[in-house]
Amino acid sequence: MILLNLCLALPAAAFLLLLLVPRSRPGWSRWSALAASLVIFAVSLALLAEFDGSNGGFQLETNIPWISAPSIRYHVGVDGMSLWLVLLTTFLTPVAVLISWRHIAARVKEFYAFLLLLELGLIGVFVALDLFLFYVFWEVSLVPMYFLIGIWGHERRIYAAVKFFLYTMAGSVLMLAAMIYLYNLAGTFDYGLLMADLVSGRMQLGARQESLLFLAFFVAFAIKVPLVPFHTWLPDAHVEAPTAGSVILASVMLKMGCYGLIRFCLPLFPTASRGNAPWIVLLAIVGIIYGALVAMVQPNMKKLVAYSSVSHLGFVVLGVFSFTQLGLDGAVYQMLNHGISTGALFMLVGYMYERRHSLEISAYGGVATPAPMLASVFMITSLASLGLPSLNNFVGEFLVLQGAAQANFTWAVFAAIGVILSACYLLWLYQRTFLGEASDEVKSHMFDLVPREWAATLPMIVLMVWMGVAAQTFLPSIGAANARILDRMQQGVVMDVKNTMPARGTEVARAR
Amino acid sequence: MLHLWLIPAFPLAGFLANGLVGRRASKAAVNLIAIGSVVLSLLWVLKTLAALGPLEHTHIERYFTWFQSGDLRVGFDLAVDRLTAVMLLVVTSVGLLIHIYAIGYMSHEGGYYRFFAYFNLFMFFMLLLVMAANFLLMFVGWEGVGLCSYLLIGFYFLRHSATTAGNKAFIVNRIGDYGFTLAVFLIFLGFGSLDFETVFAAAAGRPVETSAGALTLIGLLLLAGAAGKSAQIPLYVWLPDAMEGPTPVSALIHAATMVTAGVYMIARCAPLYTRAPLALDVVALVGLATAVLAAIIGLAQTDIKKVFAYSTVSQLGYMFLGLGSGAYSAGIFHLVTHAFFKALLFLGAGSVIHALSGEQDLRRMGGLRKHTPVTFVTILCAAVAIAGVPPFSGFHSKDAILLAAHHHAPWMYWAGVATAGLTAFYVFRAVFLAFFGTYRGPHHPHESPAVMTLPLAALALLSLAGGYFNVPRWLEPMFPPAEGAHDALLVYISVAAAAAGISLAWLMYVARPGLADRLAGRLGWLYRLVYNKFFVDEIYDRALVRPCVEGSSAVLWRGVDAGLIDGAVNQVGMKARDAGSVLRLIQSGSIRSYAAWVLWGSVLALAALVLSRGAR
Repeated sequence: MILLNLCLALPAAAFLLLLLVPRSRPGWSRWSALAASLVIFAVSLALLAEFDGSNGGFQLETNIPWISAPSIRYHVGVDGMSLWLVLLTTFLTPVAVLISWRHIAARVKEFYAFLLLLELGLIGVFVALDLFLFYVFWEVSLVPMYFLIGIWGHERRIYAAVKFFLYTMAGSVLMLAAMIYLYNLAGTFDYGLLMADLVSGRMQLGARQESLLFLAFFVAFAIKVPLVPFHTWLPDAHVEAPTAGSVILASVMLKMGCYGLIRFCLPLFPTASRGNAPWIVLLAIVGIIYGALVAMVQPNMKKLVAYSSVSHLGFVVLGVFSFTQLGLDGAVYQMLNHGISTGALFMLVGYMYERRHSLEISAYGGVATPAPMLASVFMITSLASLGLPSLNNFVGEFLVLQGAAQANFTWAVFAAIGVILSACYLLWLYQRTFLGEASDEVKSHMFDLVPREWAATLPMIVLMVWMGVAAQTFLPSIGAANARILDRMQQGVVMDVKNTMPARGTEVARAR
Repeated sequence: MLHLWLIPAFPLAGFLANGLVGRRASKAAVNLIAIGSVVLSLLWVLKTLAALGPLEHTHIERYFTWFQSGDLRVGFDLAVDRLTAVMLLVVTSVGLLIHIYAIGYMSHEGGYYRFFAYFNLFMFFMLLLVMAANFLLMFVGWEGVGLCSYLLIGFYFLRHSATTAGNKAFIVNRIGDYGFTLAVFLIFLGFGSLDFETVFAAAAGRPVETSAGALTLIGLLLLAGAAGKSAQIPLYVWLPDAMEGPTPVSALIHAATMVTAGVYMIARCAPLYTRAPLALDVVALVGLATAVLAAIIGLAQTDIKKVFAYSTVSQLGYMFLGLGSGAYSAGIFHLVTHAFFKALLFLGAGSVIHALSGEQDLRRMGGLRKHTPVTFVTILCAAVAIAGVPPFSGFHSKDAILLAAHHHAPWMYWAGVATAGLTAFYVFRAVFLAFFGTYRGPHHPHESPAVMTLPLAALALLSLAGGYFNVPRWLEPMFPPAEGAHDALLVYISVAAAAAGISLAWLMYVARPGLADRLAGRLGWLYRLVYNKFFVDEIYDRALVRPCVEGSSAVLWRGVDAGLIDGAVNQVGMKARDAGSVLRLIQSGSIRSYAAWVLWGSVLALAALVLSRGAR
């Protein structure tokens, strides 16, 4: 319980601490950011020891009042899904620090401060069990990313940052409205209480009401995922962001949307979720194929990886809206897998950019000759990303597709085409960048991985193999959490309400 | 526990060792690790089989749960039965011989350690493939061998044609694997498990499907996977290009072992196919069509490896014909003998190429039997074996297939016999062009070292005598009994076809050397059609690849994504900004204008109030 709060307090403290580091000492900022992020990672690892994986409910909860009227509580806790997302965040933050070491030379202190603030926001999103608190963290995560792109990005960074910000805001405003509407009905922002009210029938939503509320949440999350056709902010944001920004954006931020779908849309609005599933699944499948085809023809490496994310996240949405245990487990596992393998792809593309100062595929070719180790890890990462069995993505994709097949075999028939296409765009990218004769520019600019880069890369590679072979490290707890969600979808068991403290706010709202 | 896991683990350890430190190790150390690991693997196979004896029952060892979700549990489970035993022996023994040969063949090549690391990795995945006890673990091996194939085809990665061929192999295989995975989904939906044991036991209780049903669909989808891996129509196009890889790769992966994985898989799934006769018919048809088409293309190729590559496609078609005729054991029998003689043909070709410093064109060979006598004799052994000359190995297995085909549908037998004639012709055409007549190239041919010729000799022995391993008898308890009486006449006819093919090749390339060219000239467009492989690659490129790439670029990316969606988004942004810039005018900062706004606003409001009252 203390540990989970530490996971929030430490990034906040580190953020403040970094602000105090003298600007003239960029080295201090780097080392303190690295040390802080490693400590936070270690603390989050300790969560595993306290967590009971067989229990699908929320654990390590803290629930204290924050604002009395309207009733907003500091209610945090994790279940088998959010726990891993917290760990993903804390794992990738030190990685992001390491890969920015040389790349970020200007305003170093601010950069790392924003990175830690971002970590705070992201962890907060995954642990908040109060709707309003969730919204606060959701917005907190938005701001540092806006600055990471807008200040340390490439040429068109302002356009990309504003686009990113407005897109997300457009969605989250709707979500906020829906949250306030729910508060007016139930008199609480508390997730557990809302759920209890819904399950017990104390609060009943009309079909139209539920549908609109669902859509308000859904659009916010769909933009974040991003689901086609809400995705066009993503390629721009990725291309313009600095490497660490791209990594965190792809690996963790996109998961905020996926997480929201599973945490809020499904259990709060089960009927509307089912009712809207057909067209959502259609969009997901369109996204899988469309994202892959568009990725295939990109001349820019980062854009290629960005569109591949659109394709990969289509699998996540498909899994979620298959409403099957396999589909949901696969979706959550795929969220983690995508975090590792696509994060690693962005990282490696970043390494290449630092050497050759170009993101254009045509500027490369033959990189394997001057940088064989870089070529090897890029190969392994590509193989993970294209779903080679024995590496991580395969397990997730397989479960999603099998779950989709259980719901409707036709879905699997179309979605599985994405698996063919992922091989096309990744192998073609690899051929054009790493294989062939190296030009003189490539030979003179490219060199192999340095120890600092190895330190960031090796853990990712280890995880790709680990998650591909020993998936049972992760899946039981994920499965237990998802089983709860599905139970709720079936209108079965009452969700976790053991923490029903007298948290209800004013009854005014209800009286109205 | 017999520790089956050690069989694939040895080569995996070899891969890790060579892959991680091979770059700094001496060649001798690399050899020791690479060859040693395969030797250990072979020894462990022998020890295991000795311990298991007659293998009346499948021996399964379950290690750990790979992943579990809902009712789906996929375990890391290995199994050995009689079918797996055959595959294990072929893979490890032929694999070992080719590993040894590669020491000599690759000695002058860069990336020596990389080559052997990939080779060991391949052995690992191949052994996993044949030992897996469920569909998904088999798929690990299945895609894994595909990966190694990709890596080794593109081994000379500076060459664009090699890397393109590697991509093509991987992607075409992925298309097949698409079918395979859909089949797996259906199997889980239908049987609630992916374990071979459970699925096949459940399938045994099902009625035979007389019209297309679930099992038929599963069978056809699995066939798509098999067609990708085993280079059958319409997915055979990657295998000829795969010859870009070093020749030992062609021998091990693209002749003896990996490409037969599809045959193995269909035989493994015999309990499903037996109950889906329609799917089995399609297997036979695809196999026969591939056998004929590839044999015809093989007639006109001038690259020695391409001849043998199309020959492999054709022979794999033969195996499918056997499977499709219900003679699973005949198909596996041919898989075994083919592994011997086709590996030998490729290694022999490699020895020739080695002797000629890289020359692969048959038109610039000739008379080599004097320069490379050992290679010549061993290739001759392989040639008589593949041509079906009794009593050598190919004769026995091919005969088993043809007899089964005759029982299945007589016309298939005749088409098979015709293919046998073509096979004999093109193989001996290659032999005569390379080894007879006078040398037509600029090099100084020399015989290969013993490290290469000894494996050739061992394989020659197996090619000649391998027909006496009675594989069908050994596999009898595994499969439904093959029907069809032994008919001596049918055997004579197929032998006659082989003899005719060999004689014709002798006539055209040794007795009357100018005849072939004149004939080619006479046939004109027909010859060009065959020479250009019926333009299948070009058709695929125009009809599939280019529309897909260009459509994605022009329509999806520039049209829909940048044009339509982003255009709309930017429009919204622009409109909002325009609206803002109009509204901005109100915020002039001048008190007087604000007062005016207030005044006008009040007037308007009052007017509206009055008007609405009045209206009521």
